[in-house]
Amino acid sequence: MPDYSWPPMNDRRVIGKRISRLDGGAKSSGRAKYASDFYRKDLLFGMLLTSPHAHAKIVSINLDDAKSLKGVTAVRAIAAPGDEIQWEGAEIAAVAATSEEIARDAIRNIKVEYQVLPHLVKEEDLSKAGPRAKAAGEQVTGDPDKAFQDADAVVVEGFYGIPVLTHCCLESHGNVVEWRQDGLNLWPSTQNVSGIGGDLATSLKYPAGKIKVEMDYIGGGFGSKFAADRWGVETAYLSQMSGGRPVKLMLERRDELMIGGNRPSGFAKIKVAAKKDGTITAWQSESWATGGIGGGGSPPLPYVFTEIPNKRMSHSAVATNTGGVRAWRAPNHPQASYLTCSALEDLAAKLKMDPVDLFMKNLEVTARADTYRAQLVKASELIEWKKNWHQRGEGDPGPVKRGLGLAINTWGGGGHTSQCRTIINPDGSVQIEIGSQDVGSGTRTVITQVAAETLGLPVGSVQLVMGNNSLPPSGPSGGSTTVGGVSSSTRKSSVNALNKLLETVAPVMGVQPEQLKAVDGRIQMKDNPSKSMTWQAACAKLGTNKISEMGANDQRKPEGLNSSGVGGIQMADVSVDTETGIVKMNRFVAVQDVGLVVNPKLADSQIHGAVIMGICGALMEERVMDAYTGRMLNPDMEFYKLAGIGDIGEIISHLDITPEHDKRGVIGLGEPPAIGVVAAIANAVANAIGVRVPRVPLTPMHVLAALEGRNA
Amino acid sequence: MENFAYASPATLQEALGLLSTKPGEVQPLAGGTDLISMMKEHLVTPRLIVNIKQIKELGGITSGKYGVRIGSMVTFDDLMENALLRKSLPSLVEAARGVASPQIRNMGTVGGDLCQRPRCWYFRQGYGVLAMDNNKALVPDGENRYHAILNNNGPAFFVSPSSLGPALVALGATVRVVSASGSRDIAADKFFVTPLNESMREVAIQPNELVSEIHVPIGTRNATYEVRHKTALDWPLATASVALKMNGSTVTSARVVLGHVAPTPFEATAADKVLAGKGITEEVATQAAKQALMDATPLSQNAYKVQLARVAIKRALLEAVKG
Repeated sequence: MPDYSWPPMNDRRVIGKRISRLDGGAKSSGRAKYASDFYRKDLLFGMLLTSPHAHAKIVSINLDDAKSLKGVTAVRAIAAPGDEIQWEGAEIAAVAATSEEIARDAIRNIKVEYQVLPHLVKEEDLSKAGPRAKAAGEQVTGDPDKAFQDADAVVVEGFYGIPVLTHCCLESHGNVVEWRQDGLNLWPSTQNVSGIGGDLATSLKYPAGKIKVEMDYIGGGFGSKFAADRWGVETAYLSQMSGGRPVKLMLERRDELMIGGNRPSGFAKIKVAAKKDGTITAWQSESWATGGIGGGGSPPLPYVFTEIPNKRMSHSAVATNTGGVRAWRAPNHPQASYLTCSALEDLAAKLKMDPVDLFMKNLEVTARADTYRAQLVKASELIEWKKNWHQRGEGDPGPVKRGLGLAINTWGGGGHTSQCRTIINPDGSVQIEIGSQDVGSGTRTVITQVAAETLGLPVGSVQLVMGNNSLPPSGPSGGSTTVGGVSSSTRKSSVNALNKLLETVAPVMGVQPEQLKAVDGRIQMKDNPSKSMTWQAACAKLGTNKISEMGANDQRKPEGLNSSGVGGIQMADVSVDTETGIVKMNRFVAVQDVGLVVNPKLADSQIHGAVIMGICGALMEERVMDAYTGRMLNPDMEFYKLAGIGDIGEIISHLDITPEHDKRGVIGLGEPPAIGVVAAIANAVANAIGVRVPRVPLTPMHVLAALEGRNA
Repeated sequence: MENFAYASPATLQEALGLLSTKPGEVQPLAGGTDLISMMKEHLVTPRLIVNIKQIKELGGITSGKYGVRIGSMVTFDDLMENALLRKSLPSLVEAARGVASPQIRNMGTVGGDLCQRPRCWYFRQGYGVLAMDNNKALVPDGENRYHAILNNNGPAFFVSPSSLGPALVALGATVRVVSASGSRDIAADKFFVTPLNESMREVAIQPNELVSEIHVPIGTRNATYEVRHKTALDWPLATASVALKMNGSTVTSARVVLGHVAPTPFEATAADKVLAGKGITEEVATQAAKQALMDATPLSQNAYKVQLARVAIKRALLEAVKG
């Protein structure tokens, strides 16, 4: 059994180095091509007709006027008379045409008659949900009633709400499909290069082996781009109906926000009790959420502080006539962190206790007390907590109030199932082949670093081939599992390939293969570096036979190369103009445990991206539904507000790079730093202005309402 | 977008000859930042687009005896960069600076700013500028966080989207409009109107007229303060523009105008009265702001805008007399 273990921390030349992402130049110059960039002379343009109603029955669909337009090559009904439409944006029909303009005209020529049905699109007021709210049953631990009634107990009660967010990838969902007699080519925007072909095959009842998938770059996914999707299937049929010409169908921005997937809301009435010293004794939460017609969204409460001795939790899923939920960077965790950390911060304020002390006091009811303890200390130091924190509302006398807040996160990670091939050629060139994808997190760079480290070569000597489904399969990029999976499979295939090379050159050097190692572009004896040969010379010994070796990571058997289970502490420093209710980000500190860090620069980038996403959610992002018309009022980037560069402030990331964490192996980082951002900012605002703003985003509307004692 | 014909005349007379008296049939194109998106959404479907951006008579910023003449095709960026305006009309420069993004400010024009259509999300989804669905007004019980808090007893609930309008009204500017048959001057405060039905527009020009230029008097202390949620690429939640005639440190007459709080720029005459004869202090500014909003009638979600309008007035007044 070869030794696949990672080289010791102090003996790494490429792993652990702050190498800039290898595709940075291609991306920033526009050389990187995305599905939405795809162009060929015979390309057709696909477009969807979607429902303008939140809830309706299709009475009739007439495609005749669309079909008769010059330049239209295919028109398909997706829905049928009698079908019940459950949300605005649901797919009704699709067209393909020789130009985007003609496709648009064709869509407008389709005549659909709807019988409009009653809808529910808002869930914040649970009393209006009626039978649409389904209770999941109560969970009770210990004796919460007794704990709340304890004479010494300090009890806080609050209402907290976080709205539905929609996916808003810069590159909308979509693909190009060319379905010819002899096979099907798919150019998708996907987080799942190896798997999406199989998904499409199932829907089309077409052999998966005849589907070729290619994707070099993706303009954002965040959990929303795993499947072939209905529009992918429709694109295939449009191509087939158009004689096999390729059809490009990317969602319109409005459809992207309505049907590209969303993050469920989270509302809760929460009650917490503690002893006067801050020891939490009881938790009670009644939560509800919507993730569309299927309900959905059950935040794990209480979050992280799971072992509170006395608990009562209930949750209701509200079925609304809105687009469906999809994974969204740490499903259910941001909501849970926000709901829990808000209640705990309110408890600290009532106890007149520093919330850092309150968290410290209760770490024993979490799963990783030591990690959090060290992180609380580190984060406090980075944000100068002791110097800058004040009791709630007891800050600056002027209209602009500064405040600090904190939050906690946890996530799994681990490494998905992945296979990799390492090829060493007689000319010394090295090729890595892997059916993975770089969703923007730096996967390309990480794989290359692992191979280079293993083979003792500089990064520039390794050529990486990825992004198509003829390569050794790798899992979808979800759940922060990519880096663990691909780093492990690459390590194994590269160790295997290197061992083959050592077996070839050992007899030439008159030693045993086990006595050799690859380092700094040479093959040398482990205990006698002067006895060596160059990498090129060693490879030349292969004659005309290249080495091609596989390596595989099994998600269930990581063999020490990767692991799961992390924690993080995040702290926000904000200033609130109490005359306008505008929250300004000063600084945001994210301290994160991530195991072995392959590339700290990319890891920092991941944290920055996650924090920016969280700032959007904390300050401005929200799906606005109209109760009467049932429509989404802001399916655009004008009123679906996202933070700009001036809204973000300074982000300070700190990775827990320590021997203890390192020895656990590689752990994913995409999700954990996205979890606590809203919670930390909301707590900082409460600390600044002296009152809890119960409902995020922290817009002037909500902040001023809280300050003026109005119900927002 | 529907198909349309396109003309790019060289002279103003030629352009005016192409316009139509029939609403919506012919659309002049300036920066296009609003028109193009309206066409994409099929909210307007003109037969003919007349590009007027290259017409020389509609350009230029020049100063005369009584003030400044600003051509309607002057861009926001031109306004911001103009030394004369920066010195004499900072309220206008500041209002231009707040607009969206550099890209929009490079394209968007003064005339376009005055004539753009409201951002009301019901309007933009096709429910008309009065936001009606089967005789039901959608705004009062709907999502009205960005809607009017003044002059909002119906049928109009949207807010005037003009960034420059409040400053121009406060400064006592005049808008010149031209048609094939001649020209007329409209006081800025009469230029904006509240439509009573769907066939009315939000500005007092006819379909066959163009805004050709603006005349802005100088000699006031003036300032604009905009409350915007995001630092860029966002509409103001409330704006105040003030123009003060001063005798030493005493206000002899004041005009305080609010933006984004009513279907037209809102003249806060109650504030004007408070300020006349006084020096501007924080206390006086606060008092003026309070009086200005006495008649506010916020809708179900937008009471916060009353406070934002107040603070905008206070901060604009203090800014006007600074330095």
